[in-house]
Amino acid sequence: MIEAENLTKRYGEVTALDGVSFHVERGEIVGLLGPNGAGKTTAMKILTCFMPPSAGTARVAGHDIFEAPLAVKRSVGYLPEEPPVYPELTVDEYLAYAGRLKGLGGRDLKAARGRALDRCGLAEVAGRLIGNLSKGYRQRVGLAQALLHNPPVLILDEPTVGLDPAQIIEIRGLIRDLAREHTVVLSTHILPEVTATCQRIVIINEGQIVAVDTYENLSQQVGTSRRVVLRVRRPGPELADRLRALDGVLAVDPETDGAYRVESRQDRDLREEVARVAVESGAGLLELAGVAVSLEEVFLRLTTEEKEGAA
Amino acid sequence: MSRVFVIAAKELRSYLVSPTAWVVATVFLAVTGLLFYNIVAWYSLQSFQLMQFGRGSEGLNVNRLVFEPTFHNMAVTLLLLVPIVTMRLLAEEKKARTAQLLFTSPVRLGEIVAGKYLAALTLLSGVLLLTGYMPLLVWAYGSLEWGPILTSYLGMVLLTGAFVALGLFASSLTENQVVAAVLTFGLLLGFWLLGWAAQAGGEEASILEHLSLITHLEAFLRGVVELKDVAYYASVTALGLFLTHRVLDSNRWR
Repeated sequence: MIEAENLTKRYGEVTALDGVSFHVERGEIVGLLGPNGAGKTTAMKILTCFMPPSAGTARVAGHDIFEAPLAVKRSVGYLPEEPPVYPELTVDEYLAYAGRLKGLGGRDLKAARGRALDRCGLAEVAGRLIGNLSKGYRQRVGLAQALLHNPPVLILDEPTVGLDPAQIIEIRGLIRDLAREHTVVLSTHILPEVTATCQRIVIINEGQIVAVDTYENLSQQVGTSRRVVLRVRRPGPELADRLRALDGVLAVDPETDGAYRVESRQDRDLREEVARVAVESGAGLLELAGVAVSLEEVFLRLTTEEKEGAA
Repeated sequence: MSRVFVIAAKELRSYLVSPTAWVVATVFLAVTGLLFYNIVAWYSLQSFQLMQFGRGSEGLNVNRLVFEPTFHNMAVTLLLLVPIVTMRLLAEEKKARTAQLLFTSPVRLGEIVAGKYLAALTLLSGVLLLTGYMPLLVWAYGSLEWGPILTSYLGMVLLTGAFVALGLFASSLTENQVVAAVLTFGLLLGFWLLGWAAQAGGEEASILEHLSLITHLEAFLRGVVELKDVAYYASVTALGLFLTHRVLDSNRWR
């Protein structure tokens, strides 16, 4: 659905994007992940034909962004970082305007408006001025605008920023729902968001792609160790020593509240043995869990490794 | 409905729900009304004195003595107020990031420019139309020729169109509305004052005079529609719109 080839964008001296290529298949949810200023928004602005790249090209829904920008715009719904809403219009008026800009009219427009209002939970504020709505509602109005013409591709720039936790869960659910009929690209710097919604992750740092894969693969690739966290009733140095004696254990870090973090080699699953040791030592095992390397760590390692490589 | 009208309708709505349009209309009508009153008062005094000398008032042409200066005053007032109307057209959208909706919708740049232009011109033409009470009053209590009045309004609308196009251009250059307004004011005043340079005389001066926004209004106010004047205002308008289009297009490549 989306084929970005070698996208490069320079703002004067600054290179915001540097040879970025990635593909998104129909019906996928792909997360663009990166620190602030990594080039996520720039990539999205190029894919939505808001601005052309300095070099490279892209095809969105089968249309070239240079040759058929209007066709690309017709097949893309875009929610920018800042929802592009007019405070002086009501939600209903705004959606009518956005719909007409996108070429809807008459009965189609009315149906599209009703559907977007329903989907984004805006029905009860439809008659209110957008200027009087909270940030969360404005974000939803922006999303409703993106969905309005039922485009095959949705590009959402930080869709959950400014929402409260309940709304975030709601919007994530909505995005997963949407992915059944749409291809979704969303950007975020909030890591759990990616694990919660996306099938594939594109990690961007300083304008370059550092990694493209599923979350599971990425964490395996990056993880050099496995972890088991256990909590016991009666912690003591003896237990730590016995854990350290196990084959394959790299480190044992005692933490507060009688918890221990046991690191082992990647190829060894120590959960069973750790449990046995804990029970035999009579420390009173309370909890035990295998911990995957978190996305934060994957992310940090990938983005810092890249820097070291460049330096 | 064509996209141009979609955009124009939305812009007009935004004008009408904001206080700016109402304040501009009120100030325009108050200032031009006051000036009109002064001119009419002066005109009746003159007529009265003439009648006292027993010459009758046929010699005093109400079109020339009342409406020519009145339309002149309107043009000067517009010069001051048009920047306030046009400053928000593109600057506000850029500042509020709503431009992203426009520029990522399947709409051509030309349609955006035309829609914005049309909205401001419609608003200002509406305000101009409200000054129609002036000739109606004079017509009700005296007599006047409607021909020159109609050509004057045509000239005023053409002048306003040129003003708005230059204002739209200034608004495309910045995301700061005050900067856009000051820039527009400077552009309009500059074009206006070119006419004064003509007083210096000489070849160059007459070229400058032809470039002036005000000199081309004279014929309209006397009831004459000349092709060169219409062409002049149309060219300035086209230039403003073209430059706006170029600026919007080139901004994308930065």
